[in-house]
Amino acid sequence: MATFHFELTSPEKLVFSGEVEHVVVPGSEGEFGVLKDHAPLVALLRPGVLTVLGQNEKRFVVRGGFAEVNPKGLTVLADFAAAVEDIDREGLAGQIKNLEEDVADAQDGPAKDQAATRLEQLKAVQSALGH
Amino acid sequence: MASLKDMRVRIAATKATQKITKAMQMVAASKLRRAQAAAEAARPYAESMEKVLRNIAASVSDPGSAPRLLGGTGSDQVHLLVVCTAERGLCGAFNSTIVRLAREKINALVGQGKTVKILCVGRKGYDQLRRNYAQNIVETIELRVKALGFEHAERVGAKILELYEKGEFDVATLFFSRFRSVVVQVPTALQMIPPVIEAGGGEGGTINYEYEPDELDILAELLPRNISVQVFRALLENAASEQGARMSAMDNATRNAGEMIRKQTITYNRTRQAMITKELIEIISGAEAL
Repeated sequence: MATFHFELTSPEKLVFSGEVEHVVVPGSEGEFGVLKDHAPLVALLRPGVLTVLGQNEKRFVVRGGFAEVNPKGLTVLADFAAAVEDIDREGLAGQIKNLEEDVADAQDGPAKDQAATRLEQLKAVQSALGH
Repeated sequence: MASLKDMRVRIAATKATQKITKAMQMVAASKLRRAQAAAEAARPYAESMEKVLRNIAASVSDPGSAPRLLGGTGSDQVHLLVVCTAERGLCGAFNSTIVRLAREKINALVGQGKTVKILCVGRKGYDQLRRNYAQNIVETIELRVKALGFEHAERVGAKILELYEKGEFDVATLFFSRFRSVVVQVPTALQMIPPVIEAGGGEGGTINYEYEPDELDILAELLPRNISVQVFRALLENAASEQGARMSAMDNATRNAGEMIRKQTITYNRTRQAMITKELIEIISGAEAL
């Protein structure tokens, strides 16, 4: 199958760069797959798992950011990106628990909204990991 | 004239100082390597971000409907200067050059009758600006951290956005030091809000993207993030520049200390020799008198 160039970057580093056949990206309007010669597209991401399909399949957790498809390939800019293997699942569960308490205790206001959004995102990541 | 003992103590003190500056230089060298790597790792993200923003901004047909972060407030009366400096001194003229650039800008703006507000990132800049512009400083953010992460930049970014939302300023400029090499750091002023977007150009100018959701939603999402990204970049450049500046400053200090030790040792030996000669003359003339 034809391959195209794919880059996954977070503000701190380049997480992945290489030739791939098929990438499934969690877009804010739904997941979409990218193959070679995809039409140019800019899409926002929702927190979830980005999958690179092919011989060496890879899965990454991404949170916030956007994906850009241009004739040269696909670039995903995420606020946070890490390989699924590197995610500390227990740590994640702990964070969710803490946030749940925060949301329950917090006064109404922007702080509570922020915590609730973060909680939703983390839960989305957790469910995407299959827990 | 100082006694021999005093001079010995002085030489020992200079040697101790030299050891410290030497150690600081080596620490700075290793930190510099890490800071440089971090700055390079962040480059692809910032570059892609800029490219996409430029594309989208060019495709927004009606500037009136664009978010205020892109178009500005339509006025340039109140300026916010974000001055990024280090948390520590002993790094040559690093902090002073950034502050000097900011100060020139402030004076120019005040001369034009504009209002100036200052947001200090880093304690050293605050210390220097406080003397003359204490009433202009809105807030100081200290970054006493071991490793600079994106979340720190996000904190600064959030602060800037909060002020902008409240209509506290019209134009924001970021001051930091761009890292050229170990010996060259260029103090730089970068206008963040409204962003200076170079017109079209490049190969990317002709691509017609599909947007999901539509352009304005994406812009509304990207522009605030872009602020944090720019701040993050500035902070990383600053970190590398600071270590570079400290390294060359400490290298100079070590060399100067070596020079001082050499001179002091010569004076010490001369004095010692003179005293021996004097004592010999005394003994000889005493023996002759008998």
